[in-house]
Amino acid sequence: MSSEEQGLPALEVPPSTRAAPRGLPARFFDSDLWYSFRSSRLVVLAGIVTLLMVGAALLAPLIAPHDPYDLRALNLMDSDLPPAWVQGGDPRFLLGTDDQGRDILSTILYGTRSSIAISVLAVLLAIGIGVSLGLVAGYFGGIADTIIMRIADVKLTFPAILVALLINGIAQTLFRGRLGGAEFWILVLSIGLSFWVQYARTVRGMTLVEKNKEYVQAARLIGMSRTAIMFKHVLPNVLSPVLVIGTINLALAIITEATLSFLGVGLPPTEPSLGTMIQIGNKYLFSGSWWMVAFPGVTLAVLVLAVNLLGDWLRDALNPKLR
Amino acid sequence: MLAFTIRRLLEAAVVMLTVALLAFVLFRFVGDPINQMVGQDTSIAEREELRQRLGLNDPVLVQFGRFIWNAARYDFGISYQVKRPVTSLIAERFPATFELALTAALFAVLLGIPMGVYTGIHRDSWLSKLFLSVSLVGISLPTFLIGILLIYVFAVQLGVLPSFGRGEVVRIGGWTTGLLTASGLKALILPAITLGLFQMTLVTRLVRSQMLEVLRTDYIKFARARGLSDRAVNFGHALKNTLIPVITIIGLQLGAIIAFAIITETVFQWPGMGLMFIQAVQNADIPVMSAYLLLVAFLFVLINLIVDLLYVWIDPRVRIYGREA
Amino acid sequence: MMAEPPVLSVRNLRVEFPTRRGTLLAVDDISFDIAAGEVLGIVGESGAGKSLTGSAIIGLLEPPGRVAGGEIRLGGRRIDNLSREAMRPIRGKRIGMVFQDPLTSLNPLYRVGDQIIETIRTHLPLGEREARARAIELLTEVGIQGAERRIDAYPHEFSGGMRQRVVLALALCAEPELIIADEPTTALDVSIQAQIIQLLKRLCRERGTAVMLITHDMGVIAETANRVAVMYAGRIVEIGPVREVIQSAHHPYTRGLMGSIPSLEGTSDRLTQIPGSMPRLTAIPKGCAFNPRCPLAFDRCRVERPDLMAVDHSLAACWLVAREGAEAPR
Repeated sequence: MSSEEQGLPALEVPPSTRAAPRGLPARFFDSDLWYSFRSSRLVVLAGIVTLLMVGAALLAPLIAPHDPYDLRALNLMDSDLPPAWVQGGDPRFLLGTDDQGRDILSTILYGTRSSIAISVLAVLLAIGIGVSLGLVAGYFGGIADTIIMRIADVKLTFPAILVALLINGIAQTLFRGRLGGAEFWILVLSIGLSFWVQYARTVRGMTLVEKNKEYVQAARLIGMSRTAIMFKHVLPNVLSPVLVIGTINLALAIITEATLSFLGVGLPPTEPSLGTMIQIGNKYLFSGSWWMVAFPGVTLAVLVLAVNLLGDWLRDALNPKLR
Repeated sequence: MLAFTIRRLLEAAVVMLTVALLAFVLFRFVGDPINQMVGQDTSIAEREELRQRLGLNDPVLVQFGRFIWNAARYDFGISYQVKRPVTSLIAERFPATFELALTAALFAVLLGIPMGVYTGIHRDSWLSKLFLSVSLVGISLPTFLIGILLIYVFAVQLGVLPSFGRGEVVRIGGWTTGLLTASGLKALILPAITLGLFQMTLVTRLVRSQMLEVLRTDYIKFARARGLSDRAVNFGHALKNTLIPVITIIGLQLGAIIAFAIITETVFQWPGMGLMFIQAVQNADIPVMSAYLLLVAFLFVLINLIVDLLYVWIDPRVRIYGREA
Repeated sequence: MMAEPPVLSVRNLRVEFPTRRGTLLAVDDISFDIAAGEVLGIVGESGAGKSLTGSAIIGLLEPPGRVAGGEIRLGGRRIDNLSREAMRPIRGKRIGMVFQDPLTSLNPLYRVGDQIIETIRTHLPLGEREARARAIELLTEVGIQGAERRIDAYPHEFSGGMRQRVVLALALCAEPELIIADEPTTALDVSIQAQIIQLLKRLCRERGTAVMLITHDMGVIAETANRVAVMYAGRIVEIGPVREVIQSAHHPYTRGLMGSIPSLEGTSDRLTQIPGSMPRLTAIPKGCAFNPRCPLAFDRCRVERPDLMAVDHSLAACWLVAREGAEAPR
């Protein structure tokens, strides 16, 4: 029920934002989006945490005390050391070491880097596929629409993690033994391909609505091509829900990547991601080496939580009709 | 009503056929089945003979037909890995996964719905905020991490619950159950919580947002304006309207639970279909993968069908006009 | 000898909405009475505060909205300070409410009979069977043919007009002293509107029920109300007998509204005669809130806010009234 119907005067557009056009930054900082961001301390915290973690991940080669990928630098004598502040810890390894003698802190930095890179690329891939298919299905309709939406139905039959596992399994079979280095891209592909349906459905629905609006009809009348109309007029309108789904999906992609790696079909132990680290650490849990699981686990949880909080906030602030 | 049921059955058949096609392509074209079945020292002639015998030289359409015919008779071929019929593997593994998934689903629904209703009605109470914070953490913690955490606390530190396996099972006909022994039940607790927690948070959040939406509707306002008690409004009028869309999602989630069981079963070494599937993926055991795929799709389609028919039973609008697309 | 207290008496009611840009005064210091059997029309544009006044009376303001001041009395007893629990038996039993959209006022999952019986049994000590008999009686009374059968139908099996009749039956089922009808005909076809209004009028006259009729449609008011209150930007700007307000309005805004009574041909082109639109509550002008749109505004209107002043049998909040004495501007 709109405030209008409830008898409330329209409050959505306060007069101050209706002032003469100003620069984009000024408009952003006066927007409802920025207001709702600032008004929740939790969301601000989530934003800061996300930025810090992304920053640390990007700068991993510069700030990590050790290089976990350099196998020669590893010393088995250093393996299984607890964090520095625990008895038996070594000040060189702040958060302890794993079974190979790798510094946990450095590995977390590099692992977060891989996790974020894979997830972001996967979500971009999903957006690319989903948005294009959704636009095509919605704008052209007919047989293209039927085929795309049937595929989407079948895809919905399987949860993302299962699709990712299947694609991963197929890739492993096809490249049996010759995978060297391709795991990264297989992960991107399998996660990306398991997430596109939501975008396709949303974009298709919105395209159907947009295409019958007067401005699109008008653009057609003045002789714009269908493709041009789609990209110039319809696409911008579907961006905000895509942004919301994208953020929420990013958290899901991080979880999926970690899960695949944990299940042993992700990144190899020589280039550990957070999931791989947890998988390795899990084996040593019973012998009391809690730090091998705890630190990557907490990092993963905090990262996902922060991204989820941002996603929730975006959804509420932009409030497109999403489920 | 009959037309509606028939239409839904047809749609289900189309989905199943598509999945079958996928499974067939997987089965037939990903990796050479012959290479997987025979040893290094098998001669080319022998291979060709086997190829002929298995019908791999027939036209693809004939092979597809045979694949479907076999699948319909519940025959998915021989596992490359353990050299046994896939169906007997599944028969062995299915009860474990079924009991785990069912317990997890019950846990998720029986806790998730009341929590969702409570947080929907008492939006600003501290308990609601607690529930919501817990649910956000629950949604952010990957399943396997929850499992590891539970194992660490209850198996490693406290030593009160087992960390792997099904415990003692009882065989009843072709079914093995862990529900009848103390050790079987104890073994079920941690995996079921691990598998159900994420679903529970989903249900809680879904019920809450649906409840909030329903509580804003005119008919709820009108019900209040007629002086009905809070109980009648919240539980009589709002809850029923809330649960209708929730049923659909819960139905979809049941399918997801079976798939998510893969992770839980790996963490707890639970001898179910998920563990079988992940081993198949790691070993490129294509027949097991395609059979699992078909089975999950079948369960999913079946659940969906049941949900749709439930819908008709609950919602009078649908009962008369058929469900809108 | 003490006069009978009015059914509803509202004094200096204020409704506030705290928002991020300060607190909005959505209903600002309004007062009125409704006597038994009387129909008071409340008219104004969307956002004038009409519906909020109704919600405040029945105690169903949606948070963060709240009653910030004033008194509401029902049959002489204050109800604005009652607890949630104490207010509930009043809703439905002593105050009935009818909403705008009959399509959404009824719960789609319950038979209409069950909704009526539920309401009857909440307020009256009747058994299931008696309540059902009464429900059938009520449905017949509101003009539903074959009520014995239709009572077991679901809301979607009724047309819009029929559903509004069901809603009326629901509002009346415990014989309330007051009915608040919030835009009861706005969502209906023009041809159905008149039937529903006639029905509402007849039912309330027979029972002696007081009616607060909220609408933006002066035509409905002219046909139904005994008195009318005109609201603008949260305040009553004019209140008086319906004939006087319609034929010789004292406030320029009311006169503008009169131009919006639809002609026989129907299509109501609201407020064609008033330039501009009502101010947002965030930006109410200094002085008289109407002054920027008023063709007759003079200096005082832009500086000082007028209160209601007696003129003829009405009250009007306009400086013209004060300037020209008792003689209303023509």
